[in-house]
Amino acid sequence: MSGVTVVPTGTANIASVAAAFRRLGADLRPAESANEIRVADQLVLPGVGVFAAAMGHIDEHRWRRALVDRIQAGRPTLAICVGMQLLCEKSEESPGFSGLGVVRRTVTRLPQDLTVPQLGWNRVTPDSGCRFLRPGWAYFANSYRLGSVPGGWVGAITQYGGDFVSAMERGDVLACQFHPELSGEWGSDLLGRWLDGTRRRF
Amino acid sequence: MLVPRLIPCLDVKDGRVVKGVRFQDLRDAGDPVTQASIYQDQGADEIVILDVSATPEGKSHGVETTWNVRQVLSIPLTVGGGVRDITDARALLDAGADKVAVNTAAVERPELLTEIAGRFGSQCTVLAIDAAQYESGWEVVVNGGRRRTGIDVTSWVRDATTLGAGEILLTSWDRDGTRSGYDLDLIAAVTSAVSVPVIASGGADNSRHLEEALGSGASAVLIASILHDGETTVATLKSELLAAGQEVRP
Repeated sequence: MSGVTVVPTGTANIASVAAAFRRLGADLRPAESANEIRVADQLVLPGVGVFAAAMGHIDEHRWRRALVDRIQAGRPTLAICVGMQLLCEKSEESPGFSGLGVVRRTVTRLPQDLTVPQLGWNRVTPDSGCRFLRPGWAYFANSYRLGSVPGGWVGAITQYGGDFVSAMERGDVLACQFHPELSGEWGSDLLGRWLDGTRRRF
Repeated sequence: MLVPRLIPCLDVKDGRVVKGVRFQDLRDAGDPVTQASIYQDQGADEIVILDVSATPEGKSHGVETTWNVRQVLSIPLTVGGGVRDITDARALLDAGADKVAVNTAAVERPELLTEIAGRFGSQCTVLAIDAAQYESGWEVVVNGGRRRTGIDVTSWVRDATTLGAGEILLTSWDRDGTRSGYDLDLIAAVTSAVSVPVIASGGADNSRHLEEALGSGASAVLIASILHDGETTVATLKSELLAAGQEVRP
């Protein structure tokens, strides 16, 4: 089995991600140091939980710099759900807490008149320039979202009370608001493309 | 747009799927991993497992079942039944549940919802309610329907969502296992009381019933006996819903 490193954000449930990668023949192992996060061939930044709790855990372990550096450099990184939101500067979910700030945006709450959290399957429509993302149905579990694709990234749009960014990619970095590990065959195929497409070539 | 979910529910006792009306006369209905996998292949949007084991040994089966099902499942998995505290919740999440459902323990100690939501997020905190109709209105019942609580269903869901519940699994005790259709008035009352998604449960016999529940405001429908008896499949129900103009995930 090949190995993928995961950032243990404390709050995140990684069993589903681990099972999805295992089905693709990759073993998920938790990072134990900032250096491991920095040099990992392929890194997953998972995301179940609350923005502040995840960021607090990252800062407590002094992993911020390593994460920012590798994402800026476009090294193979997969950010999922809150993991994607952590790339932004801040979130309305946790005022006063700063995200990684790789993307100079604020994550905002879904409109009040909707059923929130958004729990369920919704349609993903990617830009034609996407390398990993394809059109399909993905499973979402979120109350907050990013409104538009930031400059320098290509992304996919989904509608829920207006457009929001369901995923975005830049270099070998793929960030998904949805849960690819819970998005059936379509999600598994996406994980497979990222896994194969970003594997170090010897 | 977000589409409604069809969610097969497996009642699991001591590691085996069981079926029965109102948890009485339980009969063996197979292996949970096999059943979950079949429903996933049929197009299920999510799976719910309710562990109805009464003993501590049965409970440990619940965690093991969750792990085993997760290995084959690439769709969301909600697990409930006997979750008493954050340790129980964590064990199920670590084993591969994406959401945990709490029922009786939340009635007895509502702060449990806040504890789970605060640690793992509202999106993984499901409040399961068994509602029974009395002259006075819908009342929360617990302990497998054996005990009335005197708590009004709509005020309980309001309180529970304030405390952190991110989804309601709403079972009509009067309809469960009867195949006479969902309790539409109950669904309408609860969905207008809260803004979180509501999963309708209890009484499904056919796709017309699913359509009615969705029309009454449910975000998802729970289905059990009609699938376990092999009378229909998720795929058939979905194509019937599509034909009736109700969008679902293909």
